[in-house]
Amino acid sequence: MRVTENDIVRKTSAVNHDRQVVASIRDLHKSFGERDVLKGVNLDLYESENLVILGRSGTGKSVLIKCMVGLIKPDSGTINVLGKDVFKLNAKELNQLRLQIGFSFQGSALYDSMTIRENLEFPLKRNLGVYDKNKLKDLVSEALDDVGLLHTINQMPAELSGGMKKRVGIARTLILKPKIMLYDEPTAGLDPITSMEINDLILSVREKYKTSSIIITHDISSAKHTSDRIVALIGGVNRVEGTFEELKETTEPELEPFFKY
Amino acid sequence: MKLRRFLQQIAEIYQFVTRVVKNFFLPPYEGREILRQCFFVGNRSLFLITFTAFIAGVVFTRQSRPSLASFGAESWLPSLVSQAVVRSLGPLITGLICAGKLGSNIGAELGSMQVSEQIDAMEVSGTRPFSYLVVSRVTATTLMLPLLVIYADVVALLGSFMMVNFFNSSSFSLFFNEVATNVTYVDVFSSLIKSAFFGFAIGIVGSYAGYHSEKGTTGVGKAANTAVVVAMIMIFVIDLLSLQFINLFR
Repeated sequence: MRVTENDIVRKTSAVNHDRQVVASIRDLHKSFGERDVLKGVNLDLYESENLVILGRSGTGKSVLIKCMVGLIKPDSGTINVLGKDVFKLNAKELNQLRLQIGFSFQGSALYDSMTIRENLEFPLKRNLGVYDKNKLKDLVSEALDDVGLLHTINQMPAELSGGMKKRVGIARTLILKPKIMLYDEPTAGLDPITSMEINDLILSVREKYKTSSIIITHDISSAKHTSDRIVALIGGVNRVEGTFEELKETTEPELEPFFKY
Repeated sequence: MKLRRFLQQIAEIYQFVTRVVKNFFLPPYEGREILRQCFFVGNRSLFLITFTAFIAGVVFTRQSRPSLASFGAESWLPSLVSQAVVRSLGPLITGLICAGKLGSNIGAELGSMQVSEQIDAMEVSGTRPFSYLVVSRVTATTLMLPLLVIYADVVALLGSFMMVNFFNSSSFSLFFNEVATNVTYVDVFSSLIKSAFFGFAIGIVGSYAGYHSEKGTTGVGKAANTAVVVAMIMIFVIDLLSLQFINLFR
Protein backbone atom coordinates (compact mmCIF):
# COMPACT_ATOMS: atom_id res chain seq x y z
CA MET A 1 0.00 0.00 0.00
CA ARG A 2 1.44 3.38 -1.03
CA VAL A 3 0.82 5.94 1.68
CA THR A 4 0.13 9.60 0.97
CA GLU A 5 2.04 12.29 2.85
CA ASN A 6 -0.80 12.98 5.21
CA ASP A 7 -1.54 9.37 6.06
CA ILE A 8 0.45 7.89 8.88
CA VAL A 9 0.56 4.16 9.21
CA ARG A 10 0.25 3.79 12.97
CA LYS A 11 0.59 0.52 14.84
CA THR A 12 -0.97 1.49 18.13
CA SER A 13 0.39 -1.44 20.14
CA ALA A 14 3.64 0.48 20.60
CA VAL A 15 1.97 3.31 22.49
CA ASN A 16 1.18 2.99 26.16
CA HIS A 17 -1.65 5.47 26.62
CA ASP A 18 -1.45 5.20 30.41
CA ARG A 19 1.74 7.19 30.28
CA GLN A 20 1.86 10.94 30.23
CA VAL A 21 2.95 12.82 27.10
CA VAL A 22 6.15 14.75 27.90
CA ALA A 23 6.66 16.28 24.46
CA SER A 24 4.37 16.77 21.51
CA ILE A 25 5.00 18.14 18.06
CA ARG A 26 2.16 19.31 15.84
CA ASP A 27 2.21 20.09 12.13
CA LEU A 28 5.87 21.13 12.11
CA HIS A 29 7.17 22.69 8.90
CA LYS A 30 10.71 23.82 8.18
CA SER A 31 12.42 24.71 4.96
CA PHE A 32 15.91 25.95 4.15
CA GLY A 33 15.69 28.19 1.09
CA GLU A 34 13.90 26.25 -1.62
CA ARG A 35 14.26 22.92 0.18
CA ASP A 36 11.33 21.78 2.31
CA VAL A 37 12.79 19.56 5.02
CA LEU A 38 9.91 19.05 7.43
CA LYS A 39 6.44 19.03 5.87
CA GLY A 40 4.05 18.65 8.75
CA VAL A 41 5.54 16.35 11.39
CA ASN A 42 3.30 15.22 14.26
CA LEU A 43 4.53 13.11 17.13
CA ASP A 44 4.23 12.50 20.85
CA LEU A 45 6.90 11.36 23.28
CA TYR A 46 5.63 9.49 26.33
CA GLU A 47 7.07 9.35 29.83
CA SER A 48 10.02 6.91 30.19
CA GLU A 49 9.74 5.98 26.52
CA ASN A 50 12.62 5.46 24.11
CA LEU A 51 11.36 6.77 20.79
CA VAL A 52 13.58 6.15 17.79
CA ILE A 53 13.25 8.43 14.77
CA LEU A 54 14.46 6.49 11.78
CA GLY A 55 15.17 7.87 8.36
CA ARG A 56 17.74 8.36 5.65
CA SER A 57 20.34 11.12 5.85
CA GLY A 58 18.98 14.55 5.00
CA THR A 59 15.38 13.81 5.94
CA GLY A 60 15.34 16.39 8.73
CA LYS A 61 15.75 14.14 11.76
CA SER A 62 18.37 16.35 13.41
CA VAL A 63 16.45 19.49 12.42
CA LEU A 64 13.44 18.09 14.26
CA ILE A 65 15.23 17.69 17.60
CA LYS A 66 17.07 20.99 17.19
CA CYS A 67 13.65 22.62 16.85
CA MET A 68 12.65 20.94 20.12
CA VAL A 69 15.35 22.79 22.06
CA GLY A 70 14.87 26.07 20.21
CA LEU A 71 18.15 25.90 18.29
CA ILE A 72 16.27 26.10 14.99
CA LYS A 73 13.04 28.03 14.58
CA PRO A 74 10.43 26.21 12.51
CA ASP A 75 8.40 27.98 9.82
CA SER A 76 5.13 26.84 11.39
CA GLY A 77 3.73 24.33 13.84
CA THR A 78 3.98 23.94 17.60
CA ILE A 79 6.32 22.09 19.93
CA ASN A 80 5.25 21.48 23.47
CA VAL A 81 7.90 20.15 25.85
CA LEU A 82 7.14 19.38 29.51
CA GLY A 83 3.95 21.42 29.25
CA LYS A 84 5.60 24.47 27.70
CA ASP A 85 5.26 25.83 24.18
CA VAL A 86 8.93 26.17 23.21
CA PHE A 87 8.44 29.13 20.88
CA LYS A 88 6.34 31.18 23.26
CA LEU A 89 8.99 31.20 25.99
CA ASN A 90 11.26 34.17 26.65
CA ALA A 91 15.03 33.66 26.82
CA LYS A 92 15.07 33.02 30.57
CA GLU A 93 12.19 30.53 30.44
CA LEU A 94 13.76 28.76 27.47
CA ASN A 95 17.01 28.39 29.42
CA GLN A 96 15.09 26.92 32.35
CA LEU A 97 13.41 24.43 30.04
CA ARG A 98 16.71 23.52 28.39
CA LEU A 99 18.11 22.52 31.78
CA GLN A 100 15.57 19.69 31.77
CA ILE A 101 16.55 18.47 28.31
CA GLY A 102 19.81 16.67 27.62
CA PHE A 103 21.15 16.87 24.08
CA SER A 104 23.81 14.44 22.90
CA PHE A 105 25.37 15.80 19.71
CA GLN A 106 26.42 13.69 16.74
CA GLY A 107 30.04 14.90 17.03
CA SER A 108 29.94 14.92 20.87
CA ALA A 109 30.60 18.72 20.93
CA LEU A 110 32.99 18.50 23.86
CA TYR A 111 34.71 21.82 24.66
CA ASP A 112 38.13 21.02 23.29
CA SER A 113 40.00 23.68 25.26
CA MET A 114 38.85 22.13 28.56
CA THR A 115 39.72 18.85 30.28
CA ILE A 116 36.99 16.23 30.74
CA ARG A 117 36.58 17.38 34.35
CA GLU A 118 36.15 21.01 33.25
CA ASN A 119 33.70 19.95 30.53
CA LEU A 120 31.47 18.39 33.16
CA GLU A 121 31.98 21.13 35.73
CA PHE A 122 31.11 23.86 33.23
CA PRO A 123 27.30 23.41 33.17
CA LEU A 124 27.24 22.88 36.94
CA LYS A 125 29.08 26.12 37.64
CA ARG A 126 27.27 28.15 35.00
CA ASN A 127 23.73 26.85 35.47
CA LEU A 128 23.45 25.70 39.03
CA GLY A 129 26.11 27.92 40.59
CA VAL A 130 27.87 24.93 42.15
CA TYR A 131 31.40 26.02 43.11
CA ASP A 132 32.00 23.79 46.14
CA LYS A 133 35.01 21.65 45.19
CA ASN A 134 33.87 18.52 47.00
CA LYS A 135 30.36 18.69 45.56
CA LEU A 136 31.73 19.28 42.06
CA LYS A 137 34.09 16.33 42.46
CA ASP A 138 31.28 14.04 43.62
CA LEU A 139 28.89 15.01 40.82
CA VAL A 140 31.51 14.80 38.10
CA SER A 141 32.80 11.44 39.37
CA GLU A 142 29.26 10.02 39.53
CA ALA A 143 28.40 11.11 35.98
CA LEU A 144 31.67 9.78 34.57
CA ASP A 145 31.31 6.56 36.51
CA ASP A 146 27.85 6.07 34.99
CA VAL A 147 29.40 6.05 31.52
CA GLY A 148 32.41 3.99 32.65
CA LEU A 149 35.00 6.68 32.00
CA LEU A 150 36.07 7.91 35.42
CA HIS A 151 39.72 7.27 34.53
CA THR A 152 39.61 9.91 31.77
CA ILE A 153 38.75 12.75 34.17
CA ASN A 154 42.01 14.67 33.68
CA GLN A 155 42.40 13.99 29.96
CA MET A 156 41.68 16.37 27.09
CA PRO A 157 38.89 15.51 24.59
CA ALA A 158 41.48 15.14 21.81
CA GLU A 159 43.00 12.19 23.69
CA LEU A 160 39.75 10.19 23.60
CA SER A 161 38.36 7.87 20.93
CA GLY A 162 35.08 8.63 19.13
CA GLY A 163 33.07 6.27 21.33
CA MET A 164 34.61 7.67 24.51
CA LYS A 165 33.80 11.22 23.41
CA LYS A 166 30.16 10.23 22.84
CA ARG A 167 29.98 8.75 26.33
CA VAL A 168 31.56 11.83 27.91
CA GLY A 169 29.10 13.98 25.93
CA ILE A 170 26.25 11.95 27.41
CA ALA A 171 27.78 12.25 30.90
CA ARG A 172 27.93 16.04 30.49
CA THR A 173 24.20 16.17 29.78
CA LEU A 174 23.36 13.70 32.56
CA ILE A 175 25.09 15.82 35.17
CA LEU A 176 22.14 18.22 35.07
CA LYS A 177 19.70 15.31 35.63
CA PRO A 178 17.50 15.94 32.58
CA LYS A 179 13.96 14.62 32.20
CA ILE A 180 14.25 14.22 28.43
CA MET A 181 17.27 13.01 26.47
CA LEU A 182 17.75 13.76 22.79
CA TYR A 183 20.38 11.63 21.07
CA ASP A 184 21.52 12.79 17.64
CA GLU A 185 22.97 9.81 15.75
CA PRO A 186 24.55 8.28 18.87
CA THR A 187 26.24 5.42 17.01
CA ALA A 188 27.26 7.23 13.82
CA GLY A 189 30.85 6.49 12.84
CA LEU A 190 31.41 3.88 15.55
CA ASP A 191 32.41 0.24 15.20
CA PRO A 192 29.70 -2.38 15.99
CA ILE A 193 31.06 -3.21 19.44
CA THR A 194 31.31 0.43 20.53
CA SER A 195 27.86 1.03 19.00
CA MET A 196 26.47 -1.76 21.15
CA GLU A 197 28.10 -0.20 24.24
CA ILE A 198 26.42 3.13 23.42
CA ASN A 199 23.08 1.34 22.93
CA ASP A 200 23.45 -0.31 26.33
CA LEU A 201 24.35 3.05 27.82
CA ILE A 202 21.16 4.61 26.39
CA LEU A 203 19.12 1.87 28.05
CA SER A 204 20.94 2.20 31.37
CA VAL A 205 20.47 6.00 31.32
CA ARG A 206 16.71 5.46 31.00
CA GLU A 207 16.84 2.93 33.81
CA LYS A 208 18.81 5.10 36.25
CA TYR A 209 17.59 8.60 35.40
CA LYS A 210 14.02 7.69 34.34
CA THR A 211 14.39 9.78 31.21
CA SER A 212 12.20 9.87 28.14
CA SER A 213 14.38 9.78 25.05
CA ILE A 214 14.30 10.55 21.37
CA ILE A 215 17.02 8.72 19.50
CA ILE A 216 17.77 9.92 15.99
CA THR A 217 19.41 7.22 13.91
CA HIS A 218 19.71 5.45 10.60
CA ASP A 219 21.43 2.51 12.29
CA ILE A 220 18.82 -0.25 12.28
CA SER A 221 20.65 -2.35 14.88
CA SER A 222 20.69 0.62 17.26
CA ALA A 223 16.99 1.20 16.57
CA LYS A 224 16.22 -2.45 17.36
CA HIS A 225 18.24 -2.41 20.57
CA THR A 226 17.09 0.90 22.06
CA SER A 227 13.54 1.51 20.84
CA ASP A 228 10.17 1.08 22.49
CA ARG A 229 8.63 2.67 19.43
CA ILE A 230 9.95 3.77 16.06
CA VAL A 231 8.76 6.66 13.91
CA ALA A 232 9.99 6.63 10.33
CA LEU A 233 10.56 10.07 8.87
CA ILE A 234 10.06 9.84 5.12
CA GLY A 235 9.72 12.78 2.76
CA GLY A 236 9.52 15.26 5.61
CA VAL A 237 6.62 13.57 7.42
CA ASN A 238 6.30 10.86 10.04
CA ARG A 239 4.99 8.26 7.60
CA VAL A 240 5.15 5.01 9.55
CA GLU A 241 5.09 4.31 13.27
CA GLY A 242 5.23 1.17 15.42
CA THR A 243 7.50 -1.25 17.26
CA PHE A 244 10.58 -2.67 15.60
CA GLU A 245 8.82 -5.99 14.99
CA GLU A 246 5.81 -4.25 13.46
CA LEU A 247 7.90 -2.10 11.18
CA LYS A 248 9.87 -5.13 10.00
CA GLU A 249 6.76 -6.16 8.13
CA THR A 250 6.37 -2.82 6.39
CA THR A 251 5.85 -2.58 2.66
CA GLU A 252 6.74 1.12 2.62
CA PRO A 253 9.28 1.27 -0.24
CA GLU A 254 11.54 3.81 1.41
CA LEU A 255 11.58 1.95 4.73
CA GLU A 256 11.89 -1.63 3.52
CA PRO A 257 15.61 -1.41 2.63
CA PHE A 258 16.46 -0.56 6.26
CA PHE A 259 15.27 -3.99 7.35
CA LYS A 260 16.84 -5.89 4.46
CA TYR A 261 20.41 -4.90 5.29
CA MET B 1 20.49 40.22 -4.90
CA LYS B 2 24.03 41.06 -3.78
CA LEU B 3 22.89 44.47 -2.52
CA ARG B 4 20.09 42.80 -0.57
CA ARG B 5 22.54 40.36 1.02
CA PHE B 6 24.90 43.24 1.83
CA LEU B 7 22.14 45.26 3.50
CA GLN B 8 21.01 42.17 5.39
CA GLN B 9 24.53 41.67 6.68
CA ILE B 10 24.76 45.31 7.80
CA ALA B 11 21.52 44.80 9.76
CA GLU B 12 22.88 41.58 11.28
CA ILE B 13 26.12 43.28 12.33
CA TYR B 14 24.15 46.16 13.87
CA GLN B 15 22.05 43.63 15.83
CA PHE B 16 25.21 41.82 16.90
CA VAL B 17 26.82 45.03 18.18
CA THR B 18 23.71 46.09 20.12
CA ARG B 19 23.47 42.58 21.59
CA VAL B 20 27.09 42.81 22.78
CA VAL B 21 26.53 46.24 24.35
CA LYS B 22 23.25 45.14 25.97
CA ASN B 23 24.73 41.91 27.32
CA PHE B 24 27.68 43.79 28.77
CA PHE B 25 25.34 45.50 31.23
CA LEU B 26 23.12 42.49 31.92
CA PRO B 27 23.92 39.50 34.16
CA PRO B 28 25.57 37.03 34.09
CA TYR B 29 28.72 39.16 34.46
CA GLU B 30 31.74 37.32 33.14
CA GLY B 31 34.43 38.89 35.37
CA ARG B 32 36.58 35.79 35.61
CA GLU B 33 36.40 35.06 31.88
CA ILE B 34 37.11 38.72 31.00
CA LEU B 35 40.27 38.62 33.15
CA ARG B 36 41.33 35.37 31.48
CA GLN B 37 40.77 36.87 28.04
CA CYS B 38 42.64 40.07 29.04
CA PHE B 39 45.62 37.90 29.95
CA PHE B 40 45.45 36.11 26.59
CA VAL B 41 45.13 39.38 24.65
CA GLY B 42 48.23 40.82 26.35
CA ASN B 43 50.17 37.60 26.33
CA ARG B 44 49.51 36.79 22.68
CA SER B 45 50.59 40.13 21.28
CA LEU B 46 53.23 41.42 23.69
CA PHE B 47 56.31 40.00 21.96
CA LEU B 48 55.25 41.10 18.50
CA ILE B 49 54.32 44.59 19.71
CA THR B 50 57.65 44.97 21.53
CA PHE B 51 59.59 43.92 18.45
CA THR B 52 57.62 45.99 15.93
CA ALA B 53 57.31 49.14 18.05
CA PHE B 54 61.04 49.14 18.82
CA ILE B 55 61.95 48.76 15.15
CA ALA B 56 59.42 51.45 14.16
CA GLY B 57 60.96 53.88 16.67
CA VAL B 58 64.46 53.18 15.38
CA VAL B 59 63.54 53.42 11.69
CA PHE B 60 61.41 56.56 12.06
CA THR B 61 64.20 58.36 13.92
CA ARG B 62 66.84 57.17 11.46
CA GLN B 63 64.82 58.40 8.48
CA SER B 64 63.72 61.73 9.98
CA ARG B 65 67.15 62.75 11.22
CA PRO B 66 68.77 63.71 7.85
CA SER B 67 65.83 65.97 6.88
CA LEU B 68 65.89 67.78 10.22
CA ALA B 69 69.70 67.97 10.14
CA SER B 70 69.61 69.71 6.74
CA PHE B 71 67.63 72.56 8.42
CA GLY B 72 69.86 72.48 11.48
CA ALA B 73 66.85 71.37 13.50
CA GLU B 74 68.18 68.09 14.87
CA SER B 75 67.18 69.09 18.39
CA TRP B 76 63.53 68.84 17.30
CA LEU B 77 63.88 65.11 16.77
CA PRO B 78 62.42 64.04 20.17
CA SER B 79 59.50 66.41 19.62
CA LEU B 80 58.77 65.07 16.13
CA VAL B 81 59.16 61.42 17.10
CA SER B 82 57.06 61.71 20.25
CA GLN B 83 54.14 63.35 18.45
CA ALA B 84 54.29 60.86 15.59
CA VAL B 85 54.51 57.88 17.95
CA VAL B 86 51.83 58.95 20.43
CA ARG B 87 49.37 60.38 17.91
CA SER B 88 49.63 57.83 15.15
CA LEU B 89 52.41 55.24 14.98
CA GLY B 90 51.82 53.60 18.37
CA PRO B 91 48.06 53.10 18.05
CA LEU B 92 48.29 52.11 14.39
CA ILE B 93 51.05 49.53 14.84
CA THR B 94 49.35 48.06 17.91
CA GLY B 95 45.96 48.04 16.19
CA LEU B 96 47.24 46.31 13.07
CA ILE B 97 49.23 43.71 14.99
CA CYS B 98 46.26 42.95 17.23
CA ALA B 99 43.94 42.80 14.23
CA GLY B 100 46.19 40.14 12.70
CA LYS B 101 47.02 38.25 15.85
CA LEU B 102 43.82 38.53 17.92
CA GLY B 103 41.30 38.94 15.10
CA SER B 104 42.37 35.70 13.44
CA ASN B 105 42.58 33.97 16.78
CA ILE B 106 39.08 34.95 17.89
CA GLY B 107 37.62 34.23 14.44
CA ALA B 108 39.22 30.79 14.21
CA GLU B 109 38.49 29.86 17.82
CA LEU B 110 34.80 30.75 17.72
CA GLY B 111 34.53 29.44 14.15
CA SER B 112 35.79 26.00 15.09
CA MET B 113 33.50 26.00 18.14
CA GLN B 114 30.57 26.82 15.85
CA VAL B 115 31.50 24.16 13.30
CA SER B 116 31.95 21.44 15.93
CA GLU B 117 28.62 22.40 17.55
CA GLN B 118 30.30 23.45 20.82
CA ILE B 119 28.38 26.74 20.81
CA ASP B 120 25.12 24.84 20.20
CA ALA B 121 26.04 22.53 23.08
CA MET B 122 26.45 25.53 25.39
CA GLU B 123 23.18 26.99 24.11
CA VAL B 124 21.13 23.83 24.73
CA SER B 125 22.59 23.33 28.17
CA GLY B 126 21.35 26.81 29.09
CA THR B 127 24.83 28.27 29.64
CA ARG B 128 24.25 31.46 27.60
CA PRO B 129 27.37 31.27 25.41
CA PHE B 130 27.04 34.78 23.98
CA SER B 131 28.12 36.51 27.20
CA TYR B 132 30.74 33.88 27.94
CA LEU B 133 32.31 33.74 24.49
CA VAL B 134 31.60 37.05 22.77
CA VAL B 135 31.06 39.75 25.41
CA SER B 136 34.13 38.63 27.36
CA ARG B 137 36.36 38.75 24.26
CA VAL B 138 35.08 42.13 23.05
CA THR B 139 35.48 43.60 26.56
CA ALA B 140 39.00 42.20 26.85
CA THR B 141 40.19 43.61 23.52
CA THR B 142 38.55 46.99 24.27
CA LEU B 143 40.24 47.23 27.68
CA MET B 144 43.62 45.86 26.68
CA LEU B 145 44.30 47.79 23.46
CA PRO B 146 44.84 51.16 25.23
CA LEU B 147 47.26 49.47 27.67
CA LEU B 148 49.12 47.84 24.82
CA VAL B 149 49.29 51.20 23.02
CA ILE B 150 50.88 52.85 26.07
CA TYR B 151 53.40 50.01 26.16
CA ALA B 152 54.07 50.29 22.40
CA ASP B 153 54.58 54.08 22.70
CA VAL B 154 57.15 53.62 25.46
CA VAL B 155 59.02 50.90 23.54
CA ALA B 156 59.02 52.96 20.31
CA LEU B 157 60.35 56.00 22.16
CA LEU B 158 63.08 53.86 23.72
CA GLY B 159 64.02 52.70 20.22
CA SER B 160 64.08 56.30 19.10
CA PHE B 161 66.24 57.33 22.06
CA MET B 162 68.75 54.59 21.24
CA MET B 163 68.98 55.88 17.67
CA VAL B 164 69.38 59.49 18.78
CA ASN B 165 72.02 58.41 21.26
CA PHE B 166 73.82 56.45 18.56
CA PHE B 167 74.48 59.60 16.48
CA ASN B 168 74.68 62.30 19.16
CA SER B 169 75.29 61.44 22.73
CA SER B 170 72.13 62.51 24.52
CA SER B 171 70.98 61.92 28.08
CA PHE B 172 67.94 59.77 28.80
CA SER B 173 66.31 62.45 30.97
CA LEU B 174 66.88 65.19 28.39
CA PHE B 175 65.27 63.10 25.64
CA PHE B 176 62.23 62.16 27.70
CA ASN B 177 61.88 65.72 29.05
CA GLU B 178 61.58 66.88 25.45
CA VAL B 179 59.02 64.14 24.82
CA ALA B 180 56.97 65.13 27.87
CA THR B 181 57.03 68.82 26.93
CA ASN B 182 55.76 68.20 23.43
CA VAL B 183 53.07 65.61 24.04
CA THR B 184 49.78 67.12 25.24
CA TYR B 185 46.97 65.55 27.24
CA VAL B 186 44.79 65.75 24.15
CA ASP B 187 47.37 63.66 22.27
CA VAL B 188 47.48 61.01 24.98
CA PHE B 189 43.75 60.73 25.67
CA SER B 190 42.71 60.87 22.04
CA SER B 191 45.21 58.10 21.31
CA LEU B 192 43.86 55.94 24.15
CA ILE B 193 40.22 56.47 23.21
CA LYS B 194 41.01 55.73 19.59
CA SER B 195 42.78 52.52 20.56
CA ALA B 196 39.81 51.46 22.71
CA PHE B 197 37.70 51.76 19.54
CA PHE B 198 40.32 49.72 17.67
CA GLY B 199 40.00 47.02 20.34
CA PHE B 200 36.22 47.09 20.18
CA ALA B 201 36.32 46.75 16.39
CA ILE B 202 38.81 43.84 16.53
CA GLY B 203 36.71 42.01 19.13
CA ILE B 204 33.41 42.59 17.31
CA VAL B 205 34.71 41.66 13.86
CA GLY B 206 36.51 38.52 15.09
CA SER B 207 33.57 37.38 17.19
CA TYR B 208 31.00 38.08 14.46
CA ALA B 209 33.03 36.21 11.83
CA GLY B 210 33.56 33.23 14.15
CA TYR B 211 30.05 33.13 15.59
CA HIS B 212 28.52 33.15 12.12
CA SER B 213 31.09 30.84 10.57
CA GLU B 214 29.90 28.54 7.79
CA LYS B 215 30.03 24.81 8.39
CA GLY B 216 33.17 22.88 7.46
CA THR B 217 36.88 23.52 7.73
CA THR B 218 36.76 26.13 4.95
CA GLY B 219 34.24 28.02 7.08
CA VAL B 220 36.79 28.33 9.90
CA GLY B 221 39.51 29.52 7.50
CA LYS B 222 37.13 32.02 5.96
CA ALA B 223 36.09 33.29 9.39
CA ALA B 224 39.72 33.86 10.43
CA ASN B 225 40.53 35.54 7.15
CA THR B 226 37.47 37.81 7.22
CA ALA B 227 38.24 38.76 10.82
CA VAL B 228 41.75 39.95 9.91
CA VAL B 229 40.90 41.76 6.68
CA VAL B 230 37.80 43.56 7.97
CA ALA B 231 39.44 44.45 11.30
CA MET B 232 42.42 46.01 9.48
CA ILE B 233 40.14 48.05 7.23
CA MET B 234 38.13 49.12 10.28
CA ILE B 235 41.31 50.31 12.01
CA PHE B 236 42.20 52.62 9.13
CA VAL B 237 38.62 53.92 8.92
CA ILE B 238 38.50 54.61 12.68
CA ASP B 239 41.93 56.25 12.50
CA LEU B 240 40.75 58.56 9.73
CA LEU B 241 37.49 59.45 11.48
CA SER B 242 39.18 60.03 14.83
CA LEU B 243 41.73 62.32 13.19
CA GLN B 244 38.91 64.54 11.86
CA PHE B 245 37.21 64.49 15.25
CA ILE B 246 40.32 65.18 17.33
CA ASN B 247 41.31 68.13 15.14
CA LEU B 248 38.23 69.91 16.50
CA PHE B 249 39.95 70.00 19.92
CA ARG B 250 43.41 71.05 18.74
